[in-house]
Amino acid sequence: MNKLSETSTRSCSVAVVGGGPAGLALAAELKRLGVNDVVVLEREAHAGGIPRHCGHYPFGVREFGRLLKGPDYARKNVKTALDLGVEIRLETTVTSLHPNGRLSLSTPTGREELKVDRVVLCTGVRESSRAQRLISGDRPLGIMSTGALQSLVYLQGMQPFKNPVILGSELVSFSSIDTCRHLGMRPVAMIEEQNRIVTHRILQTYLVVRGVPLFVSAKSLKIVGRGRVEAIEFIDAHGDLKRLETDGVIISGRFRPEAALLQHSHLEVDPGSGGPVIDQFGRCSDPSYYSAGNLLRPAETAGWCWREGVATAKWITEDLVEQGKKASVEDVKLTILDPAIQFILPQRLSLSKRVGGMDKMQIGLKQPSSGVLQASINDNCIWSARIKGHPVRRIQKPLAEVLKKESGANVKFTIRRDL
Amino acid sequence: MLSERFDIAIVGAGVVGCAIARRLTLDGAKVIVFEKALDVLDGASKGNSAILHTGFDAPIGSLEQICVARGYAEYLEIANSLTLPILKSGAMVLAWNDEQAERLPELVKKAHKNGVLDSAMLSKEDILMREPHLSKSVVSGFEVPGEYIIDPWSSAHAYLLQAMANGAQLCRGTEVLGGLFDSGEWTLKTSKTPINATHVINCAGLYGDVVDERLINKKSFTITPRKGQFVVFDKSSSALTSSIILPVPTEKTKGVVICRTIFGNLLVGPTAEDQASRVDASTDRESLQNLVAKGSEMIPGLADSEITATYAGLRPASEFQDYQVNNWSELNYVTVGGIRSTGLSSALGIARHVSELIDTKVYSGKPIVDPAIPKADRLSHYHSRDWEEVDNGGIVCHCEWVTRREIKRVMEGPIPPSSLEGLKRRTRVCMGRCQGFYCTAELAKITNGRFDLPLSIKHE
Repeated sequence: MNKLSETSTRSCSVAVVGGGPAGLALAAELKRLGVNDVVVLEREAHAGGIPRHCGHYPFGVREFGRLLKGPDYARKNVKTALDLGVEIRLETTVTSLHPNGRLSLSTPTGREELKVDRVVLCTGVRESSRAQRLISGDRPLGIMSTGALQSLVYLQGMQPFKNPVILGSELVSFSSIDTCRHLGMRPVAMIEEQNRIVTHRILQTYLVVRGVPLFVSAKSLKIVGRGRVEAIEFIDAHGDLKRLETDGVIISGRFRPEAALLQHSHLEVDPGSGGPVIDQFGRCSDPSYYSAGNLLRPAETAGWCWREGVATAKWITEDLVEQGKKASVEDVKLTILDPAIQFILPQRLSLSKRVGGMDKMQIGLKQPSSGVLQASINDNCIWSARIKGHPVRRIQKPLAEVLKKESGANVKFTIRRDL
Repeated sequence: MLSERFDIAIVGAGVVGCAIARRLTLDGAKVIVFEKALDVLDGASKGNSAILHTGFDAPIGSLEQICVARGYAEYLEIANSLTLPILKSGAMVLAWNDEQAERLPELVKKAHKNGVLDSAMLSKEDILMREPHLSKSVVSGFEVPGEYIIDPWSSAHAYLLQAMANGAQLCRGTEVLGGLFDSGEWTLKTSKTPINATHVINCAGLYGDVVDERLINKKSFTITPRKGQFVVFDKSSSALTSSIILPVPTEKTKGVVICRTIFGNLLVGPTAEDQASRVDASTDRESLQNLVAKGSEMIPGLADSEITATYAGLRPASEFQDYQVNNWSELNYVTVGGIRSTGLSSALGIARHVSELIDTKVYSGKPIVDPAIPKADRLSHYHSRDWEEVDNGGIVCHCEWVTRREIKRVMEGPIPPSSLEGLKRRTRVCMGRCQGFYCTAELAKITNGRFDLPLSIKHE
């Protein structure tokens, strides 16, 4: 073993953890707003995040007024940040978060400590794995997420299989068809355990165009193969055992925030969203920490994360300006009482400052639901709105109405269902 | 035919074969190890509960008990010099109903008779004070403070590395197909080159009975593979218990265990499913869900914990409860079979036992007084890793913090991996939360052209 590297200390104003769309947009905006030192800590050898390996359209229309592919969009985000004076440190892994903006880092040259005024966590999302979904069967080579497939195809020009099946039917599952076709791989089927495709039904026509058969209501999925994937077996919608010969399985979607750092930190985590508990300014339970982008919830588009980054930069700058005269933080907690609701963002409201911050709350559903979403304090309904939606779809409601109501430490949310 | 001849030919590079290879090499023997799989430790040795047992519950006076006790002692003795992964956590055997509770005093007595003298009864209050996340429905229990958490794979790998550093040879992807014993010398027919050796030691694990039939035409036991499925929970769940939580054992199995892993996760398992197949280590959702449910009954916090990985292992159980170590001295042949579930703890002890069965006078060398100690990265969350060091090349696997230098070291090491699976075992890449979401492409690039079973091929 080499001798332990010396721990050095640096100081700067804001450190952004993660150089994807949210982190880069946020860092660039901080510079525009006049923040002195902004550093992006990126663990990969290149910044840009997930769009780096999304070799398809459409990216950047609202941000740059141009239709871009993912890699070009990623490069543009990096260049914008660098041009504005953001420092991007590559191959720099944050290994732990400490109270009051202190970070431990691992870099190729050894360990380091960093102390900043504000930390912003923008570590994004990943797809859930085969193990997390408890998919039965053998463990041959050729089972991977869409993300892994995309980086193989678009970053390395490599082809892990020829005729895979796609498990899942979210937007990303459909994009995996294009990823495959890019190097001449032909998916043999899309398989969904639910009774319909998870994303918008209209996309079913895309499967017809691409000649990829769809199987919904698939039960008892089983991967077969020693060495490499040989087949996938399942009970189809008619109750028949189906066996498809295939050499790969793409496990797509069911995004989860990349929250490993959070889970081992002092910060409060929301088990529903999988991300940090934040207030309407994106501020975490330790006020020196903020968060933006898909770490907050699974999973929004790159453009959405980018705009979230820009907005959060503004709130952070205000916070830095007001430093020292900040009123004591009085909190309202938003509590979910309905099993159909996966998360509500933000999870708490800071009443010390009523203006600014998010104007809408985001709601994620576990099950398709329609009815009236109600917010109550001590069983008194203070606000309600009609809600109709599916899991993995964007649902938003104005936050101002809830924020207007006075005090009440705990606002509870339920859905009164349509009959 | 290899012109070289060997004192000892070992069939099977599982934990037992690796431990015996090390022991006999250090004793002065010239050893060759055959493994039919493309990588070592590819059978029963790779999927178990990763505990170094004291042997407190082994049948008194059994060969198993003796070997576990000796293996345990030697593991602790060599752990530091061989940088073996190790974490002292202690175990608690817990009763969840009155019927189980009644059996505890008898089990403590047995532990004492097995030389595990620090084993002592615990009240419900003691138990809950030490492990506050346990369900309040626990009735009582006893402690076994000397139980450790280790890594089955890298420990056994380290035994073999030391054997090789001191002269042993390894032939992977080489199946022993038959053999002839004539005038005190074996000629083994393999799927590659035939070789000559004085002694043969059958450590074929799940194929122990098959190899006996092939080589000496005897059938003294039959292997009935017993599958054990496991669920590995996220590292954030490892705070849910410090001790190894053991159930009151039955005749057939030690039952479902909950413990931390040396990699910082929490493990629940195994199931115990007898099956005919010696290769089917598949998992199924229902069994895994049952394990999660069973685990959550004991530690309610597990119900909300994220799952990182699932796996299954096959135990080479036989119709006998005890190990089947048979010395066919007239044939210069030793069978080491039926090492059902304690093989990880006992392997070094079994190696001692086997070493005593063979006349060392036949060895071509002398006992090695100052053996070479190979350098290996200690795969442990509880010890320092390469990411903390200078010039590590940067982190490639972001969940397990595996560095480029660690990957390079094993790729250039004496037993390089021949597949992604082997690289995972040697470094922990892809074994963490994301299961390869982030680093698969980078690994494909680093290993391009170097695996028998490539991860991916360059598009032409």
